[in-house]
Amino acid sequence: MTPELRALYQEVIIDHGRHPRCFGPMSDATHVLEGYNPLCGDQLKLFLKINHQVIEKAMFEGSGCAISMASASLMAQYLQNQSLDDARKCFKYFHAMVVDKSEPHEKLGKLNILQGVKEYPARVKCATLAWHTLLNALDGKHDIAKTE
Amino acid sequence: MTLTAQDMTEIRRDFPILQTTVRGKPLVYFDNAATTQKPRACIDAIKKYYEHENANVHRGVHYLSEIATQHYEDARQLLARFIHAPSPNNIVFTRGTTEAINLIAHGFAEAILQPEDEIIISAMEHHANIIPWQIACQKTGAKLRIVDLHDDTSLNIGHLTSLLSDKTKLIALCYISNTLGNINPIKSVIDLAHIRAIPVLVDAAQSVGHIPTDVQQLDCDFFVFSAHKMYGPTGVGALYATSHWLNKLPPYQGGGDMILRVTFDSATYQQPPHKFEAGTPPIAEVIAWAASIQYLQQLGIEKIQAYEQSLSDELHHQLKLLTFIQLIGTTPTKTSIVSFTHKTAHPHDMATILDDHGIAIRAGHHCTMPLMNYLHVNATARASLCFYNTVEEIETLVRALKMIEALFS
Repeated sequence: MTPELRALYQEVIIDHGRHPRCFGPMSDATHVLEGYNPLCGDQLKLFLKINHQVIEKAMFEGSGCAISMASASLMAQYLQNQSLDDARKCFKYFHAMVVDKSEPHEKLGKLNILQGVKEYPARVKCATLAWHTLLNALDGKHDIAKTE
Repeated sequence: MTLTAQDMTEIRRDFPILQTTVRGKPLVYFDNAATTQKPRACIDAIKKYYEHENANVHRGVHYLSEIATQHYEDARQLLARFIHAPSPNNIVFTRGTTEAINLIAHGFAEAILQPEDEIIISAMEHHANIIPWQIACQKTGAKLRIVDLHDDTSLNIGHLTSLLSDKTKLIALCYISNTLGNINPIKSVIDLAHIRAIPVLVDAAQSVGHIPTDVQQLDCDFFVFSAHKMYGPTGVGALYATSHWLNKLPPYQGGGDMILRVTFDSATYQQPPHKFEAGTPPIAEVIAWAASIQYLQQLGIEKIQAYEQSLSDELHHQLKLLTFIQLIGTTPTKTSIVSFTHKTAHPHDMATILDDHGIAIRAGHHCTMPLMNYLHVNATARASLCFYNTVEEIETLVRALKMIEALFS
C-alpha cells in the first residue's frame, strides 16, 4: 500500500465510514437538506437544529463510500453547538485543506484526518459532499424543511 | 482456436500504453467497457494522416483532398465488410453510439411517431439508449415501455412479447449490457419483432470489437457502435441502417457535405449515407479506426472471442471463490464484463484501492442509473476485460480484493 493510500484509509476513517456517528433522522430539525453526488451515487440528508445562530444539533443519514460517510460523520460531530459563523469558517478551512491542498487550519481539529483525500482529485467530491450540503442548508438553498 | 502465449506477448507489445506503470505498478487495465486502448497501428495512422495526408474530404480536386477522400471512403467500405453490411452506403459515420441513437430518435420523432405510439427498451439500457427516446416521446406524445429482467438479470422475453402491439414503433436494445456483461438474445428479439413488422435498433457499443458481427444475418434495422470501444479513436462511431430506413428518415443535421443543391429558399439533399453527414467529419479518426479494424481482422475476431470467453470464465470463477464479493447479474450468457460489490467496502473505495495496485476498474452507476434502481444497488464495481488482458492480471485483481477485505473487515 502506498503512503498516500494509507493516509487516506486511516482506521478512524474506516471506522466512521462503517459506524457513522450522529446518524439517523431528527424530528425537531429546523433545516433539512439533501446532498447528492451523481458521479458516485453518494447521497445524504443533513438535519440541523438551529437556534439563535447556533447549530444545537446536527445529524445525517445516507449511503455512500467510506470517505463520504466518514466526512459527514466527522462534520456532524464537529458541528454540535457551533455558531453559524464558525460553521461557515470551518467549511472554508476544510475546502482549503482538501481542494487547495493548504495546511489544515488548527480550528479543523480532528477533521484534518481527511487531508489525505487531497491526493485523490476524483475523491475530493466524496469528502466535500456533506460540507456543500451544509453550506446550501445555511444559505437556504432548496430548503425542503421548515422552521418551527 | 484461441490466442496463444506467443500471440499474447506480441499483442501486449502492440499496445504501447500497456507498458506504462501506474503508481509504480504495471498497469492492469480492466476498464475496457468504458474505452479500450489503442494499438500502435491506430496511433501511427493518425500521425501519418496529419503528417502527410491532411485535407478536407469530398471537396477539393487537389491531390491531398483526393487521398483523404479515398482513405475516408475506403474506411467506410472496410467497416461495411467488417459487420457484413450489404454496401458502404448503409454506413453513416457519427460521433459515436450516442449520436447514432440520437440521429434515429430524431428521425423517428420527426417522421414516424404519433401520440400513443410506443418505443420498447429494456431495464438494462445505457443512458444513451434511454434519454434520446425520452426526448422523442416528449416531442411526440409517444410512450416508452421497459422490458423487465429475470432474477438472474437476463432479458425477460415473455415480458417483451407481451409488450408488443400495433402501437409499437421500435425496439431499441443493447446487444451486450455495459454494466452486467449479459449477451442478449438479440436475434430472437429481432425475429419476434419482425413478425409484427416492428423495426429493431441494436446498441452494439459493447459487442462489435468482441464478437463477430453480421448485420444481414441478424436482420436488424439499425446497428450502432463507437470506434473507441473497439480499439479505435474517440469521437467517431457508426450507424448501420437498412436502405429502406436511410431513405425514409429525414436528415439529422443540416450543413455542408450533405446537400446537392442549395438556394436561400430550399435545399436538395444527398443520397444516404451522405444525407446524414453534415459538416467536416472526423477524418483522421475514421482512417485510424480502419487501421484498428484491420488489426482486429489480422488477429481474427473468432480467436479474440474465444480468448475473451476463457478470460471471462476465469474471472467469474475466481470472483465466485471470494465469499466477500457478490456478483451482480448471474445469467450464464455473459461476456468479459463483470459487476460486483463487496459486503462492506463501497465500490468507490474499492476502485481507489485497486488503483493503488495499478488496476483500473470503473465504479459507480455506469450510466445505467435506472438499472441500478431496478437492482436496488447504489453502485457497483465493474471489471471489463479484453483480449490484451491476462490470467495473471486477474490474479493481481484477486490479491488486491483480498487486501481490501482485510482492510474493511
